[in-house]
Amino acid sequence: MKPAAFVYHAPRTLDAALALLAEVAPQDGRILAGGQSLVPAMAFRLARPTHLVDINGVAGLDKLTLDGDVLSVGATVRHAAFHKADAKQGPLGALLADVVHNIAHYPIRTRGTMCGSLAHADPASEWCLTAVTLGAEMVARSAKGARRIKAADYFQGIMQTALEPDELLAEVRLPLLAAGTKHGFYEFNRRAGDFAIGMALVTYRVTAQGKIVDARVGIGGIEGAPRRVPEAEAALNGQAPGKAAFEAAGQATAAVVDPIEDAQTPAAYRRDLAATVVFRALERAAA
Amino acid sequence: MSVDHFAGAKTYPTPPTTEERTILGKRAVRLEDPPLVTGRGRYAGDINFPRQLHMRMVRSSMAHGVIKSVNVAEALKLPGVVAIWTNDDIKELGPVDFRADRGAEILKPYRQPVLAKGRVRYVGDPIAAVFAEDPYVAEDAAELVEVEIDELPVVIDSWATPGEFEPGRSTEGALLKHSFGDIEAAFKKAHTVVELDLFTGRHSGVPMETRGALGYYDAAKDILELHGAAKVPHRNRETLVKMLGRAPKGLHVHESHVGGGFGIRGELYPEDVLVLVAAMRLGRPIKWIEDRREHLMCANQGREQRHKVRIAADKDGKLLGIDDEIFHDQGAYVRTHGANVANRTMCMMTGGYDIPAYRAVCHYRLTNKTPCATYRAPGRYESTFVRERLMDALADKMGLDRIELRRRNLIGKAQMPYLIEFEEQGVEELLYDSGDYELLLDKGLKAFRWDERKTEIAARRAKGELVGLGIAFFVEESGRGPSDGAKMSVDANGDVELITGGASLGQGFETSMAQIAAEALGVDYQKITVVHGQTDRIAQGIGAHAARATVLTGGAVNETALKLRAKALEFGAELLQLPVGDLDIVGGVIVKRGAPAGGPSLSLADLAKKLTPGAKLLNGRDPHLAVEAWFNTDHTVFPYGIHFAQVRVDKQTGQTVCESFLIAYDIGRAVNPMLVEGQLVGGCVQGLGGALYEEFAYSETGEPLAVTFVDYLLPTLGEVPKIDVLITEDAPSPMNPLGIKGAGEGGINGVGGAIASAIDDAIGKPGAVVQLPVSPQRMKALLA
Amino acid sequence: MTDTVAITLNINGQNHAVSVEPRRTLADAIRDDCGKTGTHIGCEHGVCGSCTIIVDGEPMRSCLMFAVQADGRKIRTVEGLAKGDELHPLQRAFIDNHGLQCGFCTPGFLMLATAVLEKEPDIADADLLDALSSNLCRCTGYQNIIKAVRQAAVEMRTGEMRGGK
Repeated sequence: MKPAAFVYHAPRTLDAALALLAEVAPQDGRILAGGQSLVPAMAFRLARPTHLVDINGVAGLDKLTLDGDVLSVGATVRHAAFHKADAKQGPLGALLADVVHNIAHYPIRTRGTMCGSLAHADPASEWCLTAVTLGAEMVARSAKGARRIKAADYFQGIMQTALEPDELLAEVRLPLLAAGTKHGFYEFNRRAGDFAIGMALVTYRVTAQGKIVDARVGIGGIEGAPRRVPEAEAALNGQAPGKAAFEAAGQATAAVVDPIEDAQTPAAYRRDLAATVVFRALERAAA
Repeated sequence: MSVDHFAGAKTYPTPPTTEERTILGKRAVRLEDPPLVTGRGRYAGDINFPRQLHMRMVRSSMAHGVIKSVNVAEALKLPGVVAIWTNDDIKELGPVDFRADRGAEILKPYRQPVLAKGRVRYVGDPIAAVFAEDPYVAEDAAELVEVEIDELPVVIDSWATPGEFEPGRSTEGALLKHSFGDIEAAFKKAHTVVELDLFTGRHSGVPMETRGALGYYDAAKDILELHGAAKVPHRNRETLVKMLGRAPKGLHVHESHVGGGFGIRGELYPEDVLVLVAAMRLGRPIKWIEDRREHLMCANQGREQRHKVRIAADKDGKLLGIDDEIFHDQGAYVRTHGANVANRTMCMMTGGYDIPAYRAVCHYRLTNKTPCATYRAPGRYESTFVRERLMDALADKMGLDRIELRRRNLIGKAQMPYLIEFEEQGVEELLYDSGDYELLLDKGLKAFRWDERKTEIAARRAKGELVGLGIAFFVEESGRGPSDGAKMSVDANGDVELITGGASLGQGFETSMAQIAAEALGVDYQKITVVHGQTDRIAQGIGAHAARATVLTGGAVNETALKLRAKALEFGAELLQLPVGDLDIVGGVIVKRGAPAGGPSLSLADLAKKLTPGAKLLNGRDPHLAVEAWFNTDHTVFPYGIHFAQVRVDKQTGQTVCESFLIAYDIGRAVNPMLVEGQLVGGCVQGLGGALYEEFAYSETGEPLAVTFVDYLLPTLGEVPKIDVLITEDAPSPMNPLGIKGAGEGGINGVGGAIASAIDDAIGKPGAVVQLPVSPQRMKALLA
Repeated sequence: MTDTVAITLNINGQNHAVSVEPRRTLADAIRDDCGKTGTHIGCEHGVCGSCTIIVDGEPMRSCLMFAVQADGRKIRTVEGLAKGDELHPLQRAFIDNHGLQCGFCTPGFLMLATAVLEKEPDIADADLLDALSSNLCRCTGYQNIIKAVRQAAVEMRTGEMRGGK
């Protein structure tokens, strides 16, 4: 399982990287960041890029910074950067630390990058679910300039995003969560560290009257791309947190999802699972 | 039936217990470990010869078809490609022959050619071999080979209507039968009958090291060497000598370190033959290391069987008979094992229960999937699942406790030795040598806290959890003879060399043999170097399979060490002027028994120095402190065990989690309990894999769906519960002087049955689990 | 084939000047170009962990990195764990606890455990087990690996506290 041959580039500046990408993209030239998804695909020769632009040495792409009410995550920031919740990131930091431990395994997390996962857009990607649930903004850069893409518009299907071949996902901007925001994440897989068969990420706040507001319910692994479920959110907003509301949210989710199907897992299984992962994520948020 | 005799076989008295021993039976650290923990192991992938070429196979992407053309022109143009062969280039080679079950004449037409001849029959079937300077280039070239195949219909299920293997030959290879007693009468007079349709899914050993082999031709000595394929070096050598038409002296097999076998490595595969032929013909060493995708598509698979089975009992739950119709999925070709796995399934079906009548009819069927062969406890993981499902179902139907039903049917200690004789000609009998099954059951129940757990579980169920307990009882087989030998010598430095025909796949063979030898001879086991897997150091060997090594090679090592001891004491007596009976050997030194330190003594090293050729004291006898000896045994020995499991089922996701597991196993006498536990726990986790996670699934068109480690799910540390081991030594084998029985397969055998039993209990649906593995998706359907 | 690139791989403190194609994996370069075959290849798609090494202090899968990416980095493999004849506490613990059978996955586990315990000597047991669940073993059933790593963790922790290493 040796990869097919490619020409290797290791630019030191972003401009050089983007220029190279513009040049090689038409021949299936690609970005190499963590490589934890791309290299296995190359080993199976399912991916056969003729050029690889290694951005690990590009200055300035590894920044993880607070920028106003947004957490800016650069292209080469590793999953491992989120292992320990940074108090300065508030509830968002705690959420990211919760989610990250579900991503593959430790040695993968020391190399793999958040932006890489977002660019790869596997339906079972935890960060993709996170981005779309929280309403993140992607910053795509190319030799022609930069543009911002809202998460809701970014994920277009299995391994499909709004990125053009000559664009690098240079940064993802995650909105900070208001103080007191609760979050819950639940993922179901056959073994810990496996790709999720189904997962849910939820956030909400509770008013002084004990009612849920600003509920966000995102599901991943269930459909071709992760997304928020407005019906589930509607079932939560204005309700007291508890079994009844959480079950309603779960059922509302199951009613509307269009599950993917594969040899092992019939659509009906994922439909039931959607209700379960939403319910359990909510239980965790309330705990 | 019980018999008064061991059919004339030689038997031995009960051996000493571990407390009475010096090193045998102790938890000694392994001799094998130092190079392995320091990265100095030498696995096939680590071996390199100057000017070697790398071999890469071109494999079929279709499950069944006629090969119309193979075009290698483009591939040959790549710089670094030296040759590409198809079947035309090796026309003179016959198919890979059987090693075991050589008498299976009717299956010979189904053997696999070294390269596909005319047809391909499974995805992964090797069509061509590329030889290149570099493995990366070899893979590039393999991609460029253009193969045109006209598709043919596929047979996927063993119970489907058989298809065509070749014109005039069906894919039902054989109809096999094992029976005894009057089965019709048993079911006629039965009080209760239970009928089940059971399925054990396809999975396999999947060691961490993929297969690999190197062929090296020593032109100066005219010796062709095979490096890498372990397990049965001498048997493989015999087969290769025949296939290649070489004189035995001109072909040798060398084994170095091996990354696990579990029954699937070391059987002769087409690639092993190719590296040898190519080494000679291309005049350069040939290295072949398969990748993981290839391994998951091409290395021997196993376990896939369907059983339409029924069991009959009288009003008290005494078993009257088992009647089984089996569909055995052999995959696309019959490899080195012939019908062995199917035969082991049938002959071990009745297990440790006293059953007067039995009939098993097996449809041995070829399908367009990867060929199958032995995988740890072959035929027994399957038959134990079947038999124990029957027992649970019968208990439920009769309103009897699962444990009580089993207890009523155990073969009693007083019935040993217990003979199971089959009516069919040529089917070997089983003679259970020793066993106190009920004692192990009681010990196991106690160690697992069966009754206490039932109470704990009741409390958890009241809170809505799905939790349950399961059990499976089995008899294993090991130590098949007839004979093995060893050579042993002590040099002038006091170092001991022990040469065996065994093989090491990681199970601690060297340490076990060293402990046996050290105990018999009276030396420190760490001063013993154990040679194995080298056909040019010893003329015969059984390798490592069917849990034979410890019993058979161990028996040979014991005999050899005792013979060496006798020689040492004979000369020692003369030199020390003491009667032989007064002497002992302690720590490599001949001393007077019971004498204080400083008394008359002679080290084995010094004795070896004195026994040089021509020395006067030889007085006509052979020089050197060196001997060789043999151990013969007519009968297999039968360890036995019980597996206990506690599982929890998640009602919403259908996920089963094994919370706790106990392996209770009687091993006769353990050579090294630490190694025995290691074998049992390791086997248990493999068994869990087969019960809950691992599955080689195929599409309707024969496309393998599990060819990566993302799809083929091996248990990780996260899936494994605390596994407790209870090793007992209550029934040493009378068939060898050390009383030992094998440990290799006792950890895996009953896991499928025990987990299924526990799941049924957890979900409150006796008989629900009829198929392995129990995936969450399948469980969800069961819970509906 | 593409043109080869000249790189230097610093393995266990020693520099190896090699010339490799960009597509050559770090695992293959370590094993075949630098002759250090202690690092094993089990799957080549980043799941089994047999190829685990330490690069600049982090455990990573050498089959998922290209050799050219490791130019100038500090690489540690299993051959560098022992100090001459003195085994590393992890190596000793694996032997004492029968934490290996065939030994093929062992270097990967040793390097994984070394990296994790060096980065976090006081790691909680649950997190330690979680990290160990990264790698596959087919022989041992993991129980003795857990025992071995726990034993070594205690020793390495005490060693840290005494200022020794």
